Amino acid sequence: MKSLKAKSLTLKKWMLGLAAGLVLTACSGPTADKPATTGAADAPAQGGDLRIAVITHGSAGDAFWNVVKNGSEAAGKQLGVKVEYNSDGDPGAQSKLIDNAVAQKVGGLVVSMANPEALKTSIQNAVKAGIPVITINSGEDRSAEFGALAHVGQSEGLAGQGAGQRLKAAGKTKLLCVIHEAGNVGQNQRCDGAKQSFGDVQTLQVDINNPTDAQARLKAALQSDPSIDAVLALNSQVAAGAVTAAKGANSKAQVATFDLNADVVAAIKDGSILFAVDQQQYEQGYLPIVFLKLYKDNANTIGGGKPVQTGPGFVDKSNVDAIAPYAQRGTR
Amino acid sequence: MAVAAPARADERMAKPRFTDRLIAAPEIGALLGAVLVFVFFSVVTDQFLSPLGVSTWLDDSSTLGIMGVAVALLMIGGEFDLSAGVMTASTSLVTAMLATQAGWNVWLALLASLAFALAVGAFNGWLVMKTGLPSFIVTLGTFLALQGLNLGITRLVTGTVQVSGMRSTDGYESAGALFASTVDIGGTQFQISIVWWIIVAAVAAWVLVRTKFGNWIFAVGGSLQSSRAVGVPVVRTKILLFMTTAFAGWIVGSINILRFASVQANQGIGLELQYIIAAVVGGCLLTGGFGSAVGAAIGALIFGMARQGIVFARWDSDWFMLFLGVMLLAAVLVNNTFRRRAERVRR
Repeated sequence: MKSLKAKSLTLKKWMLGLAAGLVLTACSGPTADKPATTGAADAPAQGGDLRIAVITHGSAGDAFWNVVKNGSEAAGKQLGVKVEYNSDGDPGAQSKLIDNAVAQKVGGLVVSMANPEALKTSIQNAVKAGIPVITINSGEDRSAEFGALAHVGQSEGLAGQGAGQRLKAAGKTKLLCVIHEAGNVGQNQRCDGAKQSFGDVQTLQVDINNPTDAQARLKAALQSDPSIDAVLALNSQVAAGAVTAAKGANSKAQVATFDLNADVVAAIKDGSILFAVDQQQYEQGYLPIVFLKLYKDNANTIGGGKPVQTGPGFVDKSNVDAIAPYAQRGTR
Repeated sequence: MAVAAPARADERMAKPRFTDRLIAAPEIGALLGAVLVFVFFSVVTDQFLSPLGVSTWLDDSSTLGIMGVAVALLMIGGEFDLSAGVMTASTSLVTAMLATQAGWNVWLALLASLAFALAVGAFNGWLVMKTGLPSFIVTLGTFLALQGLNLGITRLVTGTVQVSGMRSTDGYESAGALFASTVDIGGTQFQISIVWWIIVAAVAAWVLVRTKFGNWIFAVGGSLQSSRAVGVPVVRTKILLFMTTAFAGWIVGSINILRFASVQANQGIGLELQYIIAAVVGGCLLTGGFGSAVGAAIGALIFGMARQGIVFARWDSDWFMLFLGVMLLAAVLVNNTFRRRAERVRR
């Protein structure tokens, strides 16, 4: 067994070398909660073409995020800014996309923060590297703390409250709030908001990736509790399913929803959907590009530390005709 | 007068030629693929080779690699673990909830989640061996069960679907130094998970090629009946293999929770397929009995390089999955060709 012994000796040597190497190189642990360091993003980059990375948590092929992407790309085209859109629903993978953008030394970064805690280090590293960051859609309460220039989005709690108010005003008494992404904090905030202004709210969990199942579960929920007279969907696709489910269950429940698409517009027109809460996410894609361009050319900032609200706007029978063509082309 | 038969050495004792040995190595296809992907993105993009760029794709490969290596051992042993992806989230959640909600020291919480992971791994292995059901089915069950537990318990305990607040728990910094720190090399920060990846791959490769247990893994994956007949402790080997993937899940879960300081209840779902892909690209057979740990680590490297390389190349992300799919197919086809040649060489 001579050879084995020799092997283990070289292995030992190798491990020693590795250990020595580790000791020699400076290690730094993750930082615990400490007062946030700000600054670094004070000096705008000068000269050259502006390149902006937009990194969201939307899954590929999601209709909502497609509108955000369209907004960013339209602004990029109009302003002569290169815009690159990437997304990943997993917070760890999203943070790696941010690291990647920092490694590419982009001129600006637009990030949606569905899970701010997980993105903290990556965003702070971007700020440290002198890249101006604007957060969009979610995470408005942590945006300034991480050193972002501004936040563009809709406060989910407020939007939920607004929806609850409208449903109450329509004379509804029992509401089913449909959550379609298990891990999404913003959706929970919407339902909580609706609870505050409406009162009797139940939540139902469905899987957006399986529309058949979502519709069946909605139908079952409405069948089992005929006293439910309103359904609040948080996604346009779920809303369409909810309308069918309510019909199938012979339920009197009327459907309201977050977010628009062509189906929802048609349903609002024919009265099968009461209204849609529109957070106008096109602006969440468009405005940050404008803001970053202004920042680069003129050192302008916007919002003064307060989030820039893109919603809630409400689309109902009264204004749906004006908005329909825009939903058709994927910008509303 | 008998003619003496020409002296012929037993062919089984002959030393195979170096080139034949090279071809017969399961990881050779993956290695070629990795070189190809590396060269491609180095040429096509500016920042892929920059220190910061390298740290990005190594980082992406590392957690995938830790799991890929463990999954490769299990696959060589002839089994699958579909609960491996969700396990990374479950261990994160256990650690995070004990630390933030119950106020435990992070180290203690990590130990508890380790015990939890090993118990689930042992349960998987025990159930597979006890019932004789395919591990595909058994671990699909634990996958779904864990997914439900993750969401159910998280919402029950926290009222929301994320657990956060790790940064202000006891022992966060010292535990973080082990699992989530960065190593400064020439001014660029490299994640410590890369070191974990290398260590896990090295240990697994050593166990597989140099130890008796490694032989048992090949034996139970190659032919269960014959390995039983020659006295390999089949049950123990397989249970230990399931515990190994669970253990790797715990390492990755710990890295994630300490690095990102929060965990989402639906995290990790779908990643189990990526681990299997890394192992297969690295030369593992889906039928068991053949493969390599180093190959799986390289398979993860290919995945990470391609995933970040596509972003570096600034391609429209709409085409991302197409590219990934084509590349994986190519890698597997190359592997397959090599394996056939390898089998010819062995005969």
